Amino acid sequence: MELRMAVRKSFGAFTLKTDFTVSGDKIGVFGVSGSGKSTLVGLLAGLARPEEGEITLDGDCLFSSARGINLPPQRRRVAIVFQQPCLFPHLSVESNLLYGFRRLAPELRTIDFAALVSVLKLEGLLQRGVNNLSGGEKQRVALGRAILANPRLLLMDEPLSALDDSLKFPIIQYLRSASERFGIPYLFISHSLLEVRLMTEQVLAVAGGRIVGQTTPEELARERMGQSQVGYINLLDGELLRKMGGLYVYRWGGVELFVSAGNDNPSALFELSSRDIILFKKHPEAISARNLLKCTVVDTFPSGNKVGVELRCGTQTLVAEVVVQAADDLAIQAQTEIYAVVKASSFRRLV
Amino acid sequence: MLLLTQADYEAIRLSVKVALAATALSLPFGFAFAYLMTFFKFRGKVLLEVVVNLPLTLPPVVIGYLLLIALGKNGWLGPLLEALGLRLIFTWKAAVLASAVVGFPLLVRSIRLAMEGIDYQLIQASRTLGARAVDTLFTVILPLSLRGILAGSSLMFARSLGEFGATIIAAGNIPGVTQTIPLAIYEYASSPSSEKAALSLCVVAVALSVLVLLFHEFLAQKLARRD
Repeated sequence: MELRMAVRKSFGAFTLKTDFTVSGDKIGVFGVSGSGKSTLVGLLAGLARPEEGEITLDGDCLFSSARGINLPPQRRRVAIVFQQPCLFPHLSVESNLLYGFRRLAPELRTIDFAALVSVLKLEGLLQRGVNNLSGGEKQRVALGRAILANPRLLLMDEPLSALDDSLKFPIIQYLRSASERFGIPYLFISHSLLEVRLMTEQVLAVAGGRIVGQTTPEELARERMGQSQVGYINLLDGELLRKMGGLYVYRWGGVELFVSAGNDNPSALFELSSRDIILFKKHPEAISARNLLKCTVVDTFPSGNKVGVELRCGTQTLVAEVVVQAADDLAIQAQTEIYAVVKASSFRRLV
Repeated sequence: MLLLTQADYEAIRLSVKVALAATALSLPFGFAFAYLMTFFKFRGKVLLEVVVNLPLTLPPVVIGYLLLIALGKNGWLGPLLEALGLRLIFTWKAAVLASAVVGFPLLVRSIRLAMEGIDYQLIQASRTLGARAVDTLFTVILPLSLRGILAGSSLMFARSLGEFGATIIAAGNIPGVTQTIPLAIYEYASSPSSEKAALSLCVVAVALSVLVLLFHEFLAQKLARRD
């Protein structure tokens, strides 16, 4: 998918002005509330009209003020999954799913209904009304409905914001797997850097109605580490080995991690803030923290008034964060050995 | 014991016929107008709103009189109606028009309230899923406005049953032709010996109103269960 968007749109004092080209299938749009993300969605889907400019998708013109082109929403094949599921309350789950599908030209009805229902685990819900579904089920139906419309581009506009954390991260797996399975490229819009990192491969950073950066989610996370209230969030995929003394022991790369917030599932995804990692130049003795990881410094990078330290830990990478003074005192340099200490309670389980 | 004459039965039949016809005639216009006022911005919207709501505040007699001078033989639209071979004034059709005009704002208000309650993102979702505006109107907006349509129709029907002022001016009070229940009661009330006959028609009017309200409640609950 290749998207070019060079438009201007004003609402009162706010003006969105963009000029970017992006290609790929998993694109993120990251920005705080009011930065212009949802305006961008409306312009792309044809729900709002730019004052001037041009929007092209895979070379096809969706809007051009110069050429007098403004395709209506139903002809753009740009579907949206909104923050709220926006299911049609008077229709069953099945009718909701098929709403867009039934409006497609026969040659475009290429998404297999049964396969999609299976991927999204909606088999038992088809004949039900939508009002009694849980938040996660509703969002899965909304996603299925959008995918069945076989869009050229799927816009996910903060689709996880209305969900609790317990539902949010399992849904991410559905969002990714369904889009991958049926080959639907998407633009994932979010104010959560963590969600953007889990969902996308490249990201447009939006602020004040402008695109202020086009980078990878990883780079963006590192850039923002110093100013973020939670630092850099490490994402750790663990495989459960055993339970021991009230703690769960996971294999992460070649390393064992002791975690309080585990569960009995064979695998889990944890987040760990760079601020919860304490670095020692030498092997510390008699510590209460349950995780002592011997690492190699790969690189350091400045971020605000902090220094990020990229560590090689077994086969995995971990980012820790120290103040500039600490980095100087410890003389942290690439290729040197260092010990990272993490409390078992510092890990937060996402899935 | 109800004391109903043949003329009373005729008035009851005519009342129901006029109310049904006025409601049926107004529904498509009421729905279209509510849609226009809810989802579109245009110049003169406020003025249009005032004009449509005017019957709520105007004395019905004034509406009847305006209909008379608009639709009468020498009225503004008289020549046009004559050319079309239509005679409205002092026929049951004038009673329908009078009821329709008086009840129209009630119908529109109910439908509009329902439309304003629709989450706009449902409409946007429908459009981005490939529905044209007309498709969205009939597959999303109409079904989600059903309660408002039902409430508005019930109100309009009940209001038409009770319509008096505009009807008596525009349609007259001709037994068997334009005499509805309120007009018949008015005639009985003018004669001292017809107290029982007036009371009997009052009982019928109350019964009809209760029936309309019960029917409305029944359908509303059915819709609520469906949701």
